[in-house]
Amino acid sequence: MKVYFDNAATTPLLPEVRDAMLPFLGEAFGNPSSLHDWGDAARMDVDKAREQVARLIGATKPEEVIFTSCGTESNNFAIKGIALAQQSKGKHIIISAVEHFSVLHSARTMEKLGFELTLVPVDKYGVVDPDDIRKNIRKDTILVSVMHANGEVGTIEPIKEIGKITRENNIVFHTDAVATAGYIPIDVKELGVDALSLAGSQFYGPKGSGALWMRRGVRIMPLLDGGTQEGGRRAGTENVPAIVGLGKAAELAMADMAARAEHLTFLRDRLLNEMPSKVDHVVVTGHPTNRVPWNASFTVEFIEGESMLMMLNAKGVAVSSGSACTSKALKASHVLIAMCLSHELSQGSLLFGIGIDNKPEDVDYVLEEMPPIVDRLRQMSPLYSKFVKASKGGK
Amino acid sequence: MPVYSAKVMEHFTNPRNVGEIENPDGIGEEGNPVCGDMMTFYIKVKDNRLDDVKFKTFGCGAAIAVSSMVSEMAKGKTIEEALKITPQLVADELEGLPKQKFHCSNLGAQALHKAIEDYLSKKKGGTH
Repeated sequence: MKVYFDNAATTPLLPEVRDAMLPFLGEAFGNPSSLHDWGDAARMDVDKAREQVARLIGATKPEEVIFTSCGTESNNFAIKGIALAQQSKGKHIIISAVEHFSVLHSARTMEKLGFELTLVPVDKYGVVDPDDIRKNIRKDTILVSVMHANGEVGTIEPIKEIGKITRENNIVFHTDAVATAGYIPIDVKELGVDALSLAGSQFYGPKGSGALWMRRGVRIMPLLDGGTQEGGRRAGTENVPAIVGLGKAAELAMADMAARAEHLTFLRDRLLNEMPSKVDHVVVTGHPTNRVPWNASFTVEFIEGESMLMMLNAKGVAVSSGSACTSKALKASHVLIAMCLSHELSQGSLLFGIGIDNKPEDVDYVLEEMPPIVDRLRQMSPLYSKFVKASKGGK
Repeated sequence: MPVYSAKVMEHFTNPRNVGEIENPDGIGEEGNPVCGDMMTFYIKVKDNRLDDVKFKTFGCGAAIAVSSMVSEMAKGKTIEEALKITPQLVADELEGLPKQKFHCSNLGAQALHKAIEDYLSKKKGGTH
């Protein structure tokens, strides 16, 4: 049996999305900037995609959508571009401690360039307290960035509440919606954000597609200079097939959102509820209920994530982990550490990214395969034998 | 997941000598759960030879394969021979380890040496 539960890493391309893209990998190869039929054909579909993406996030002006190459680019662009454009007003940036590396590391780069950075903490579920944002705002604060939801633990952040605070203080507010776009309803006006990032590879669109929505009037410095593509904010010949695919994926996600969410939530809750009864000493990470439909994350005590991953892979199951050993940087997930999980516990992290193609049988299979894998690794684990000895000794 | 050699995968899938030794002659522990890998080696010594070697390991696939390989390499060797087992030799026997795994997961030789040192110091102290 083959079970793909790593939709946190990336989702497959929907056949309808691929079909929409195919002409642009063939006869419709024109450059959208060109003033002839070939260019017009490409431009029309790029504009259509812009409308499709705008609709997905409740933006009324499609021209506020800037196409990028991925979520990482959108976040880099938002943090660096907005900070650089606002620096005459101040040089202080606030982000949460659980942001994706593309936000966190962009902010760190700005720090090296003379900006000041405040990381606001999260509670044990990974939730930012809007009051912590308020408390950290200074006269020179120019940008706040808090993710809509965290991809590693699924927790949805109180963006609306933070948006009220940033508006009162006239500070640009960016949210990384890579984990939520296409999964839960987004209305940029209602959220009160000024900029929002999303990525096609996370909701059945193509890799190499992303977008940054920015409310009109927000100033940003381009990272790519050149021609006047994307309203002069992001130069370079458009990746038309990817843009068209992103648009189609947005349209499909919008049309199927309720049904998809119901299906994903059902599978998610089965995993979240049944895993701890199948395996001892498993902790659900992230918020128990206020989380994205596709994310079921855990930590398994006394064992390490990569070895679990390898054993699950041997059984045909694909998942991911935030353990140090699974990261190339060899550091435990900063998200789990920010949630005050011990390093030891965070090594046992396991993330199930549920997809719309997953079936209840996939959950059954994983729930059946997990206990022997955990047992086997615990039989090898010195931490587990210490725990067993200590608990025997205590009785 | 890093790309592991067939040998690493084989040892990870069927690790040798997992477990603890009751009343061991030496115990050695290396690493800690913070960095992700931790190994405990147990040895039994008879006539200056490692009569039995067992281990318990918390860690990634490489850490488990390394422990298994070290236990296999050490078993039956004299104390002097076992002390010559180095991380590089272990990696070579495993047909290589991914670069980033070499230092953090390749603690088996050190853990074994600590177990031997433990044995030698007990012997010296006359508690053995």
